[in-house]
Amino acid sequence: MTTRPVTRRNAVLGITAAAATLAGPSVLRAQSAARIVVVGGGFGGATCARALKRAREDLQIILIEPNAVFTSCPFSNEVIAGLREIDAQQFDYDKFAAEGITVIGEAVTTIEPQRRSVVTTDGVALPYDRLVLSPGIDFHFEALPGYDEAASEKMPHAWKAGAQTLLLRRQLEAMTDGGTVAIAIPANPSRCPPAPYERASLIAHYLKTKKPRSKVLVLDAKDTFSQQRLFEKAWKELYGDMIERIALSQGGRVTSVDPSTRTIITEFGNYTPDVANVIPPQRAGRIAEIAGAADATGWCPIDPVTFESKLVPNIHVIGDACLGGGIPKSASAASAQGKACAAAIVNLFAGRAPEAPRLTGVCYNTAAPGYGFSLAGNYQPRGDIFAEVEGGATSPVDAPRELRAREAAEAERWFQTITADTFG
Amino acid sequence: MAALINVPAKAKRGDVIEIRTLTSHIMETGFRHTADGALVPRDIITSFTCRYNGTEVFRADLFPAIAANPYLSFFTVAKESGKLEFEWIGDNGYSSTASASITVE
Repeated sequence: MTTRPVTRRNAVLGITAAAATLAGPSVLRAQSAARIVVVGGGFGGATCARALKRAREDLQIILIEPNAVFTSCPFSNEVIAGLREIDAQQFDYDKFAAEGITVIGEAVTTIEPQRRSVVTTDGVALPYDRLVLSPGIDFHFEALPGYDEAASEKMPHAWKAGAQTLLLRRQLEAMTDGGTVAIAIPANPSRCPPAPYERASLIAHYLKTKKPRSKVLVLDAKDTFSQQRLFEKAWKELYGDMIERIALSQGGRVTSVDPSTRTIITEFGNYTPDVANVIPPQRAGRIAEIAGAADATGWCPIDPVTFESKLVPNIHVIGDACLGGGIPKSASAASAQGKACAAAIVNLFAGRAPEAPRLTGVCYNTAAPGYGFSLAGNYQPRGDIFAEVEGGATSPVDAPRELRAREAAEAERWFQTITADTFG
Repeated sequence: MAALINVPAKAKRGDVIEIRTLTSHIMETGFRHTADGALVPRDIITSFTCRYNGTEVFRADLFPAIAANPYLSFFTVAKESGKLEFEWIGDNGYSSTASASITVE
């Protein structure tokens, strides 16, 4: 930053430049390159950290992530269904140091936007010029009475991949043939909106193979969902009437649970399945709240051109946590946002006007091994959010099985590509 | 699909109880046009009534702005055992009824 002409920088970066001059512990700031702290090492944060470093070697990039190992949600439904092992989902940050990114394995406890400083669990305060938050989701337990961390040990959500994924798998394995597996699905916005239906499909595949007298009961707070016709066709083709879905207008919205009896309570009935996969309502990860970047919706309003928070200056929010409008909360979207946010920050530091990003989100669903379909969408800023623009595509509903097989193989390649791009 | 009704099976005398109803209906506003410009005629539920042992305890008028599959939740006081009857009336002679029993102790 210090190598740039101050006048030009002041003109374009009014707030940043002024804050950099006035704010607190600035010895470090004044003498070294601009420092960007990225909180959260998932598809959004890890991608953003790397893109920043690759775009400008002289930027000091710090990635704060408490977990040494990242477990990917994409393809974790395969793990639940016994089609894949969890270690195929796991990635570390070993390559990051060699690229000049400092990885700090702590959790963030405090964010002080006025002082532009982040404090981690070990008490260290890290000043920043720009902060990027990619905290993913947390669960909104208050919105689902009876459900909390303890309840998730009996009625797993498996909506953050890892121990929960394996718990749900063990429960399926322990269930006797003829049992019912219920999946409770929240309303949007939520992480990866089509994923619950992929999960219903792959659990049905497991049951059909191993426990064919069993059922999947989908209790849904939505009437319609992404790629619905593709899913419903796949269910009929592959599983007959094994999957029963009760939609919102049929009384499918879950209002509370009772973990002591494994009961799921909807507006119009009670269900006591043998396995209860309860996906609770969600909100932005807790760090967003700590930073003051989340609004009353629980999510983070942003300027979609720069991803800068509408509530707190110098903080950018990407991934599942931001209010993206039409762009779904997916790994693909988070990765695209990470890159676009990095480009916007580089432009800000260079004194250039930010360019409106055009993001592409891709979503593959696997309804059974060798049976895949996809949705690709393009998104651009419109007002305060992203709106879908032309050029998107969904797999045709009436397609030969060869296409489904090809798309299933493409899904696997997509996973290899995005994880290599993020962590490899 | 028949209407969905949620009335507590049992209640103590004097308890305030929640009643939920949901019925399937297209609730066509009458403001939409088809691709060739023809007006899609209005087809909505216009009135909902709940009677508790014959006495009306809740009534609602419904209008075109109300979404498909109207969901109504309301409260009453559990006074005596008996029957709650629900009635939906609408355009084109639409009529639908449902009922539920309650035991008050």
